[in-house]
Amino acid sequence: MTVRSDIFLLICLVVGAAVFAAALALGNEYYFFAGYVVLQYVVLSTAWNILGGYCGYVNFGSAAFFALGAYSTVAIHQFHPMPIPVLVVGGGLVSGVVGFGMGYLTLRLRGAFFAIATLALAVVLETLVVNWDYVGGSRGAYIVRPETIAPFGSYIKYLFLIMMLLAVGSITVARLIERSRLGYGFATIRDDELAAEASGVPTLRLKLIATTISGALMGMAGAPFPYYIGFLQPSSAFSLDYAVNSIAMPLIGGTTGWVGPLIGAVLLGSLQQIATVTISSAVNLLIVGFLLVGFVIVAPNGIIGLVQKYVEHKPAGRVGRRPVKTDLPKAAP
Amino acid sequence: MIFSFDLLTNAIVSGILIGAFYAAVTVGITISFGILDIVNIAHPAFIILGSYVAYIINATFGLDPILTAILVTPAFYALGAGIYQIYYLSFEKRGQESMRGLAFFFGLLFITEVSLVLYFGVDYRYVQAPYIGPTWHVGSLDIPLRIMVPAVVSLLMIAVLQFVLTRTFVGRAIMAVAQDQLALKLMAVDPIRIKRIAFGISIATASLAGAFLIIIQPVEPSVGREYIGRVFAICVLGGMGSMPGIVIAAMLVGIVESLTSTFYGPSWAPAVSFGFLLLTLAVRPAGLLGR
Repeated sequence: MTVRSDIFLLICLVVGAAVFAAALALGNEYYFFAGYVVLQYVVLSTAWNILGGYCGYVNFGSAAFFALGAYSTVAIHQFHPMPIPVLVVGGGLVSGVVGFGMGYLTLRLRGAFFAIATLALAVVLETLVVNWDYVGGSRGAYIVRPETIAPFGSYIKYLFLIMMLLAVGSITVARLIERSRLGYGFATIRDDELAAEASGVPTLRLKLIATTISGALMGMAGAPFPYYIGFLQPSSAFSLDYAVNSIAMPLIGGTTGWVGPLIGAVLLGSLQQIATVTISSAVNLLIVGFLLVGFVIVAPNGIIGLVQKYVEHKPAGRVGRRPVKTDLPKAAP
Repeated sequence: MIFSFDLLTNAIVSGILIGAFYAAVTVGITISFGILDIVNIAHPAFIILGSYVAYIINATFGLDPILTAILVTPAFYALGAGIYQIYYLSFEKRGQESMRGLAFFFGLLFITEVSLVLYFGVDYRYVQAPYIGPTWHVGSLDIPLRIMVPAVVSLLMIAVLQFVLTRTFVGRAIMAVAQDQLALKLMAVDPIRIKRIAFGISIATASLAGAFLIIIQPVEPSVGREYIGRVFAICVLGGMGSMPGIVIAAMLVGIVESLTSTFYGPSWAPAVSFGFLLLTLAVRPAGLLGR
């Protein structure tokens, strides 16, 4: 599987165009609304995996970065309405800067501190937004979405297309990182940070790059959200659903490469869309919770790990990955 | 805003009392995260579970919430020991606790919260007890008993825990597990068993903390999330595993929060603990009384 990156991007674009054409052929607007959410999760889980899967640092604050993107759109919109691609860049910048700041403050300490700080970040940013009247405060903000836009017909098709491009872009970025010096550096941090540091890997700088890229992608995923939902409230933008889904999807799919988060997001995202329509939205969140706990216990390497085990008949494990020894060595009798 | 001395003293006193309650909420995290190195981010969810147990028994039998909480601690202890066993077999033993262990606890947090929402809905629930309502007036000070009683019981609980940890064999073994597992094994003590006991105790404290919470304020399933930042901030500030440390840290956070909500408005209070956490992590990661 050594496809050049530009050819890979081309393949992704062709697949994206095919999906878009298929949704058009089905001729029902609902598929665009549902597909948008699934694509949004593809971006979020890919972004999460750049830090979580490649570096081994758990981010519980995906909702915070997502909401930052959404609220920077609201803030810019209140000032002056702008085309969505500009808003996406804006959301990405804001979330990227916050990701960098978070990383700078917490990443010099043990990994768990970063995880806890991201969890607290969501609560605090929500407090700030609730108290910030310019973006609607606790009452929320209305964003009036135009009915139609020039070449696409209905607006949702346009949003779908933008999210599709973001998904293709984030997957390409993830794959590029995986195959570059940067990716190898990330892997050394995941496997043994102390040894990496001792061998001259600039761990802090690499971790900061990872948090910035990951945060920026999440912010980009959030930027078009106010146009999708029409009415943005702090509780919907900071919803725990985003945090749990962007962790559950890569872990269920498999965290080693770009394929895992994609599989996880498409499977779990579609499953939730179906469950929301047929059962109820609270029950489908419960399903996600149980799947997450079940997978981390039973299949630690996700669906990808299961497939590898089945195909190669050998223990599924990352190549060259040494488990961190924390338990005692078995004493000789 | 007009500065008022009465307002200031009242804010400080209620901050100290709330701080004592925060210490009870944090003590479980201090045992699991500070001593055992298990990042149990689901702890607030267990506290909410404790609140709901107190609520159910109070609503059906009219039993005092604190008494109920003490009576159900064995059940919470068993729950904690069971969870540790799963955690040990699935993650610690395989050396995967860092990322997948975190995701496991995050999943537990989520499952508990969503289950409570599905069963009880998002309505606020509260309990009834004779000390909810009356207020002591000492000079210009107003001390509501609904905060006073949990604060006193909470300090008692921490004193008992401190006694157990420093004076009994099991307690000393728990402190030892944090320092050197191998040495403990050489003394013919099974470190896994000691960790199971310690984790059980940490979840058992959630039962009491839950009862305090529902006495102080009405509870709905997602209230626990507000406490995640707060408890970890206090735990880190207190020096990761020091009981006197968390009492001081909790009171400090309580006072600053209380002053913030008195002089700036209650909607700003949640940001205080995060500020504390970031400041501590950036300036003094070892905490106030850290080694």
